Amino acid sequence: MALENNEIQNKLTQTFGDKVRNFHQERDLFSFEMDAEINTAVILFLKNDDALRFNFLTSLFTIHFPDDPDVNRQFAVTYLMHNWYENKRIRIRTFISSEKPEIKTISNIFPAANWMERESYDFFGVDFKGHQQLKRILNMDEMISHPMRKEFPMEDSGRTDKDDRFFGRTTINL
Amino acid sequence: MSELLLPPEHRYAKIIKERHNEDGSELSILNLGPTHPATHGIFQNILLMDGERILEAEPTVGYIHRAFEKIAENRPFYQITPLTDRMNYCSSPINNMGWWMTIEKMLGVEVPKRAQYLRVIVMELARITDHLICNSILGVDTGAYTGFLYVFQFREKVYEIYEEICGARLTTNMGRIGGFERDWSEEAFRKLNVFLEEFPVAWKEFENLFERNRIFIDRTVNVGAISAEQAMAYGFTGPNLRAAGVDYDVRVAHPYSSYEDFEFSVPVGKSGDTYDRFCVRNAEVWESISIIKQALAKLPEGPYHADVPDYYLPPKEDVYTTMESLIYHFKIVMGEVPVPVAEVYHSVEGGNGELGFYLVTDGSRTPYRLHFRRPCFIYYQAYPEMIKGAMLSDAIVILSSLNVIAGELDA
Repeated sequence: MALENNEIQNKLTQTFGDKVRNFHQERDLFSFEMDAEINTAVILFLKNDDALRFNFLTSLFTIHFPDDPDVNRQFAVTYLMHNWYENKRIRIRTFISSEKPEIKTISNIFPAANWMERESYDFFGVDFKGHQQLKRILNMDEMISHPMRKEFPMEDSGRTDKDDRFFGRTTINL
Repeated sequence: MSELLLPPEHRYAKIIKERHNEDGSELSILNLGPTHPATHGIFQNILLMDGERILEAEPTVGYIHRAFEKIAENRPFYQITPLTDRMNYCSSPINNMGWWMTIEKMLGVEVPKRAQYLRVIVMELARITDHLICNSILGVDTGAYTGFLYVFQFREKVYEIYEEICGARLTTNMGRIGGFERDWSEEAFRKLNVFLEEFPVAWKEFENLFERNRIFIDRTVNVGAISAEQAMAYGFTGPNLRAAGVDYDVRVAHPYSSYEDFEFSVPVGKSGDTYDRFCVRNAEVWESISIIKQALAKLPEGPYHADVPDYYLPPKEDVYTTMESLIYHFKIVMGEVPVPVAEVYHSVEGGNGELGFYLVTDGSRTPYRLHFRRPCFIYYQAYPEMIKGAMLSDAIVILSSLNVIAGELDA
């Protein structure tokens, strides 16, 4: 018997109340949002609950939404988890503030998250609280900026021939 | 000696100071890499060693980081394929096809059966070359050069097939949104058939050289073993995970490109050591050959690309003669194609595991955010744990059997 979306939703809302919300099907991924302060609890619950058994952390990454008017929703830390018993994927998103981007680490739950969190720290400056070794991973240690943030220009800022307008970039955000 | 290499506040310095061996010997530090012929790529590990034994390892990655995710945010969709080539350059077509399938999932494009089967053939060819390199180089690292020479010419044969399909060899940039840029030529099928005839003979010979070889078994059995639980916790996928006994394969779990039409088994190992990884890759090559044969036998006639003029470049001669083709050509090249606001995740079974693409679009010409789930990057973090207590020569063999590709590790 496959794991149904509403079963996951019921279990989560029973345990965490309104701190988990916005359950929806995003293409082939069942997705929801959670508050940043309960991230470790939710991940641990998804991993250890007898019915849910999301045993595998597929991916962890951050998305930057600088155009969102709410400053507390400008960084989206996203977790992709996978239940191999029922073959079910799930996406969990948590929004954090861009002024003080910090969230608890899950590297003690999934060792695989260690480098993924370091990557997020390196490129977005997200501070994973409790991480054993939070330092840059792909960029050099001397770098001071976090290059995947949208305000970081890819091209030399002196160039005028390459403008976002010419690339069809609009201000619409997700 | 050690203070020349490391600053005094480094954790190794403290361990060296506190450790007192009975025979009066001292611990030493060895800088393995970044450029060492035995590491096959740019990997640096600072090893803390007691004689020949490794006590601790500290990997440094990022030596060939090229900011692909950032570049991808500034490129139209079809210009991102060359970036994916350069991730796992031992099996570029898998990366290419994975990326096209991600876009097709986002756009809802239905790919014709023939194109799907052709994709399966080329992806399995890529898997063969990937495993072939990994296993034969593992032989070289254990001192057996001959096997490598027997099979390596077949990588060249596969590259000739790629050349017939798309014109390129290593970094293929193969395919388009919705299928292939042209139908496969007679010559491509002829070369493929020759390959399918000759390669199994050589691969069998290669297997015979290694599988029951006393020296090879002594060098690999119980070297770098990892349990299934640990492998899953560290995010292992692909042959390295299956060697530990978990039969997770994206081709079976979430079939893409008509993999559900083919019969194949997922080989698994038992102990997750270097020998099992070798055997799993060997067995997967046989499965790949069988899949290619099935796909060729069942290959349907029909179009080799989807009918999506918005995204698929029209034939050049039409561009010069018909109005619609000219308009589509112009719009595609200028990036003015209709793209929905969407978030999709698509994954394929790459040479080393689950190769995932997480694509966020905002309706513009370029991705808003593109994240590559690179299997090498995720499982390489278990490497220090795996070589703890091993000999230095084992560390080389373990690295080789994990098949860590620098381009994929650093993206």
